[in-house]
Amino acid sequence: MDETRTSATLQGDVALEKEKVKSGSIGRKELRNASVSGKDLYDIRGLEVFFPVRQSFFKAMVSTEKHWVRAVDGVSFTIGAGEILALVGESGCGKTTTGRTLLGLEAQTGGQIIYKGLEVGRFTPGAIRDYRRHCQIIFQDPYNAINPKHTIFDIVAEPLVVNHLTSNEREKEERVIRALEEAGLRPARDYLYRYPHELSGGQRQRVCIAGAIVLEPDMIVADEPVASLDVSIRNDILKLMVQHKKELGVTYLFITHDLSLAWVISDRIAVMYLGKIVEIGETEEVVANPQHPYTKALISVIPVPDPTTKRERTILTGETPNPAAIPTGCRFHPRCPEVMDICSEQSPVDVQIRGTHYAACLRLNGHS
Amino acid sequence: MSTVKTDAGPAAEAADKGQRIEHDGILDVRDLKTYFKLRDGDVKAVDGVSFMVGQGKSLGLAGESGCGKTTAALAILKLLPENGRIVSGEILFDGKNLAKRTEYGMSKVRWKDISIIFQGAMNALNPVQPVGKQIAEPIVIHEGISENKAMVRARELFDLVGINPKRVTEFPHEMSGGMRQRAMIAMALACNPKLIIGDEPTTALDVMVQAQILELIERLRHELNLSFILISHDLSVMAETCDTGVIMYAGKVVEAGTTTNIFNNAQHPYTRQLIRAFPNIHETREMVSSIAGDPPNLLNPPPGCRFYPRCSEGDPSCIEHDQDMVEVESGHFVRCQKVA
Repeated sequence: MDETRTSATLQGDVALEKEKVKSGSIGRKELRNASVSGKDLYDIRGLEVFFPVRQSFFKAMVSTEKHWVRAVDGVSFTIGAGEILALVGESGCGKTTTGRTLLGLEAQTGGQIIYKGLEVGRFTPGAIRDYRRHCQIIFQDPYNAINPKHTIFDIVAEPLVVNHLTSNEREKEERVIRALEEAGLRPARDYLYRYPHELSGGQRQRVCIAGAIVLEPDMIVADEPVASLDVSIRNDILKLMVQHKKELGVTYLFITHDLSLAWVISDRIAVMYLGKIVEIGETEEVVANPQHPYTKALISVIPVPDPTTKRERTILTGETPNPAAIPTGCRFHPRCPEVMDICSEQSPVDVQIRGTHYAACLRLNGHS
Repeated sequence: MSTVKTDAGPAAEAADKGQRIEHDGILDVRDLKTYFKLRDGDVKAVDGVSFMVGQGKSLGLAGESGCGKTTAALAILKLLPENGRIVSGEILFDGKNLAKRTEYGMSKVRWKDISIIFQGAMNALNPVQPVGKQIAEPIVIHEGISENKAMVRARELFDLVGINPKRVTEFPHEMSGGMRQRAMIAMALACNPKLIIGDEPTTALDVMVQAQILELIERLRHELNLSFILISHDLSVMAETCDTGVIMYAGKVVEAGTTTNIFNNAQHPYTRQLIRAFPNIHETREMVSSIAGDPPNLLNPPPGCRFYPRCSEGDPSCIEHDQDMVEVESGHFVRCQKVA
């Protein structure tokens, strides 16, 4: 992370670097020639994703005020090439929306997503199609993510067909087999003509992973990929992700609500709360030395398989508030165990703790 | 203290005559066998399981999916699906053998004496009825009071589990996941049961909400002197909430004892591997390990030790020997011939 970025890490001082980014639309050719400059594959600056709140016809006529669900409300972070970045938070914090927006599955309402130095928002439709080939997604529920009427071969080959990447059947089969083996389904030929219902949950998730890596993507957004799996299978899938990162150089955005899983495999952790990143840094540093009260609470409630460790648990009351009615000041203040008077009035800014470790809390801003 | 019985005494005859059977604790399950009938034969989902829950204690029942933990719980309440049946064994609760009870007899026990919290609160609640009304229903049935009086009790229960009593008129879809799970707990408490079974009560929830729910169960358990069975695949949750634990594998108990016995002195290779599969954030960071292979098909369980095909410590003699539970220290039982 260079000097200009350090002042801008979490809240995203967009103007600062805007001139460096190319203006005008970006075509397929430019995307093809783009390469990772420095070590960041992605640079997300002040990303905003708002959804309009549906109003009754009468209300919409009477008032001009429009209401928004601020699902992602100005987040900035980078994703290094070949790293696993974990995005952690409770349900409703915007972590899934962030991941989906990176792939262009949701429209961003503000901010920039910069992929290999090119702004995704400026891509021509053709470039968007090509771009989607480079970043893939794995969903939480492998039971619903694949078509039950297709064979495993068809499921994994479909991305190749849709993108016109293979011209002959033999090459298609080779690539499918390679993807299945990389996803840990060995020997792959045994699986080719089976149907999803013949596979276990873990095997289905491997099929989803094969469908993602068959395109040889740069990045995979893994949205709670192990939440519905049994513990032993869960660990196999996590291992597979680490293996892909090492052997294929795949970058992962690992979206999870379980900080302990993030701790096991990720290089960096970003903790999200109500549309904002409250803390980000190297995994071991964040877990050993959490600065934001929310991160501290999340770490304190992780159950550990050892009944003799008795520790202080900070159980927050309530649940994530409605993102359509965000609290004033620091958005965490209604649930914060360390809340001060000023927290309801002033928004915190990011403070560098050490190296790439940043947190946004008024206590770190010198208030007490 | 809950202990596990290694041998089951045939004390069933007395039950038929309505006499009280003496047993330890509040619930004493002895050599329970529950099979499911399929076209190809019987699936031995629970195959000789014994455990005991002490008065006011909590017991954790853990294992991978398909190990029979949920089937054991459903058998206690006799809520098994049509093709499931209790083949043998005793379920002694409060001096009665539930295994021998008729459907009518069970309807007096369910909810009044033993209630259950299901995993998916969204699916367990009726979407077209206000939550409060659903809580009042068992009170009306079991205590024979008017619906208005039952609604008053439903409001009290909402307060007890930390939901605003005004929300009794709301429908399940108006509540968040954590709130619905709280409502399920309120429903389980409706008739002041002696024993509550929690079947993966926190599995679908966020870590923070999970901590809230587990704390709530813990608090209520002490306030109301309840006994509790926690069914979970998550050993960490069991380590934090239970007094005693039972680890199941392929329809059999492989290890049982206090949670300290199990987590700090695990003897069975399966228990040890399972514990290692959970990350401990307070120790050094390492990749969690997984157990190679899949659990056996219970239509045809492997001979001898059922864990042998996946065990890294076994030798061929494990196939020949059908090991019984052995007490390795006071109250700590293990089913492994290497330990015995």
